[in-house]
Amino acid sequence: MAKAQALRREIKKGQTEKQRLRGVHGGAPHSAHEIDRMIHERLRLGIISALAVNDSLTFNELKHTVKTTDGNLSVHARKLEDAGYVNCSKTFEGRTPKTEFSLTTAGRRALERYIDHMEALIGKMRKQ
Amino acid sequence: MIRLAESTEQPPALHDRAMDNLRYIRETMERASAFTAVPGWGQVAIGVTALAATYLAAHQPTARGWLGTWIAEAIISLLIAGWLMDRKARALGAPLLSGPGRKVAFSLSPPMVVGALLTVVLFRSGLTEAIPGMWLLLYGTGVVTGGMFSVNVVPVMGICFMILGAATLFAPAGWSNWLMAAGFGGLHIIFGSIIARKYGG
Repeated sequence: MAKAQALRREIKKGQTEKQRLRGVHGGAPHSAHEIDRMIHERLRLGIISALAVNDSLTFNELKHTVKTTDGNLSVHARKLEDAGYVNCSKTFEGRTPKTEFSLTTAGRRALERYIDHMEALIGKMRKQ
Repeated sequence: MIRLAESTEQPPALHDRAMDNLRYIRETMERASAFTAVPGWGQVAIGVTALAATYLAAHQPTARGWLGTWIAEAIISLLIAGWLMDRKARALGAPLLSGPGRKVAFSLSPPMVVGALLTVVLFRSGLTEAIPGMWLLLYGTGVVTGGMFSVNVVPVMGICFMILGAATLFAPAGWSNWLMAAGFGGLHIIFGSIIARKYGG
């Protein structure tokens, strides 16, 4: 039991070290030069972009907009929610459950930072 | 044994990927904003002007006066819709005829042009009573096709217009002005309220 725990700790330590070396992590970037991996992933970037132009979107509207499956949307929306980028509210319309998503201030700032980052990359390449 | 050819393709340049990401953000925003391309409350406003036009048209002594009133109403409605779409496009920082604006314009305009031409032909032939049904049918057709890029409720509204148009074609001529009120006034107000309440704006 203790051996298994020690092994898990080692694996986790190794993963963290690998991520550090690659400058990759799951949450918000530590510096302005790092890409925010949380929204660099295509589907999550789509979710954030769609919510940026709407006060809120239901699960089905979001699924239709980013063209994905229920399972994929659930997984990625959950990651964004855990990162504090997206708010998720669950209500009932009669007897039908309704899930609505909206963008948080942190999510909007993350998208702005990401767009700035991409524009800076393009600008830098053009100068070269 | 099958030997795979060695890939000679270079990985995409960093700035190409950055441009691709920005394009993706913009396209997603355009697709998402189609939900409120013409806001629901704007459709309610168009419905209210249509009810006013019904009242004015009903009091016209001649067929020419009746037709002129409804044509003026169509122009006012187009101006309201165009202004609201332009406002939305400006808020997003995108040109009016890009993304959802272009899709809606290209879907709606062919039946509108057909409607305008048929109006001239039918009026000249003295078949004025066929015009209201034709207008409702063609407008419904445009809303169904334009609504394919929007939320489900929009094509449903188009189908309602088409059903009402079909009924108007076979209804007594005296009812046509009121059926126009039910369509251009009532349906716009009902569906506009639903869109405003459910999808915001």
